[in-house]
Amino acid sequence: MAIHCNPLLHQFILQLADNALVLGHRISEWCGHGPVLEQDIALANIALDHIGQARMYYQLAASFEDGATEDSYPYQRDVRGFRNLLLLEMENKDFGYTLTRSFFYDQFHYLLLEAIIQSDHKALKEIASQAIKEVRYHCRYSSDWMKRLGDGTEESHQRVQKAVDAFYMYTGEFFMPSAADEYMAAEFNINIESIKEKWLENIQAVLQESTLAMPQDTWFQKGGKTGVHTEKLGFLLAELQYIQRAYPNMNW
Amino acid sequence: MENSMADKFQQKIDDDIRIEPRDWMPEAYRKTLIRQISQHAHSEIVGMLPEGNWITRAPNLRRKVALLAKVQDEAGHGLYLYSACETLGVSRDELINQLHTGKAKYSSIFNYPTITWADIGTIGWLVDGAAIMNQVPLCRCSYGPYARAMVKVCKEESFHQRQGFEILLTLSKGTEAQRQMLQDSVNRWWWPSMMMFGPNDADSPHSAQSMAWKIKRFSNDELRQRFVDMCVDQAKILNVTLPDPDLKWNEERGHYDYGPIDWDEFWNVVKGNGPCNRDRIETRVNAYEKGAWVREAASAYAEKQASKKAIQVA
Ligand SMILES: [Fe+2]
Ligand SMILES: [Fe+2]
Repeated sequence: MAIHCNPLLHQFILQLADNALVLGHRISEWCGHGPVLEQDIALANIALDHIGQARMYYQLAASFEDGATEDSYPYQRDVRGFRNLLLLEMENKDFGYTLTRSFFYDQFHYLLLEAIIQSDHKALKEIASQAIKEVRYHCRYSSDWMKRLGDGTEESHQRVQKAVDAFYMYTGEFFMPSAADEYMAAEFNINIESIKEKWLENIQAVLQESTLAMPQDTWFQKGGKTGVHTEKLGFLLAELQYIQRAYPNMNW
Repeated sequence: MENSMADKFQQKIDDDIRIEPRDWMPEAYRKTLIRQISQHAHSEIVGMLPEGNWITRAPNLRRKVALLAKVQDEAGHGLYLYSACETLGVSRDELINQLHTGKAKYSSIFNYPTITWADIGTIGWLVDGAAIMNQVPLCRCSYGPYARAMVKVCKEESFHQRQGFEILLTLSKGTEAQRQMLQDSVNRWWWPSMMMFGPNDADSPHSAQSMAWKIKRFSNDELRQRFVDMCVDQAKILNVTLPDPDLKWNEERGHYDYGPIDWDEFWNVVKGNGPCNRDRIETRVNAYEKGAWVREAASAYAEKQASKKAIQVA
């Protein structure tokens, strides 16, 4: 099928879309299982925000491709086609891991959206301007919980520190530009490398307030942006795509 | 003294004056309300599980978002209802404990499994549909906080019902496999939905008192009849057969007649022998226990912050 825009722009849109979908999917797994009813509702809200954002990006991507719809990308590609960051496909494990995953990403996501809003790409700017209002809240939610868990009880401190130590190695990939990222930097002035410092500063401040230690000497994982994922994504997609695979080509 | 209070209380009820938390009320009225409202709250929360099942597997993004939003609404309903119940002097923790230990019940319908996508549509159509029949009259319930909670709840329930119906309508216009999925699902959910209105009036011991207190406005059988009449017409639009050979229009009564309900099954599911009773409670208990450290952390943090503030003020 023909793509009517630069393929690298298309890839970039799918990176954004897949990030939103995969994280939204993970967070939605909490629905009905939260630690307290209020947080069940809050997490569902956040999952809805992410999946809503995914739809906007997928619709934009589909508008550039013959015969594609918003559902083509989430339901009809296999693992190697997905462009999401590895961090976002990590399992929920417990509330601490879930919030740590969100915390690292939300802080990056906010800065990325700011960069997109200041860029020269009209359609992406529109989506980002809408999304950033939600992401501002996500940032507050996840940092508030980092503080509560980090500076809560002995047990919560240990648990969340473990999550920070486990997930930090997946954050390096945020700032390693893919071909699509390089294209967007050159053509539209969206430069992910330039937000790294601000991100580090922001997470260090929150971790410190949370009495949590910043991991040292980390070897960073990569692969999400080129579709080389962890073993976890295949299972996620098996669930996500189950109906479309079992009953292809039908309306639901 | 007690007697004149009771008379005054009943007079207020008869005059359709709402009872509010600070008003005097008979102990039996309070107990009945706690039992009913908490049962209702638990049903919302346990009801999240069979549907939550399908959030990660919804067939497209539009359905996924709608389902997630729906299940989130149910959590919100649980929250309003626990709050309404707390105005009667019982804590949410105590109520949750009653659910987890089996002391409190929840709607039996949620002890049936959702095994196909069509079940999500059928739950919306039949289960939310039956819930609306039961709940709309509760918006005029004599107890103020319950009545007000129900106004909010009912608005969302009717939205859920339309959404469920629309899922089924799409299946009915789909392929042969989809139409089969639809019919099979209606076959499985019809009778359990009919049971949602509770035992026949003759076997419903608390009903008369609840009617006198205006907690209940219509009898179980009256509400069930309305439900049947509504569903028969809607089933025609969906092109599905309701699995009751005795279902037919009765000119004289101006209603549809329907066949006997299997009360043996009903009471067994109530007693804990339904296909999912154990699973549902185990899942709830598990979520609660696994969340203990998070709740403890939040309150420890809040205490630390409060004492920091106190020091700053001093
Ligand atoms: Fe509800
Ligand atoms: Fe509902």
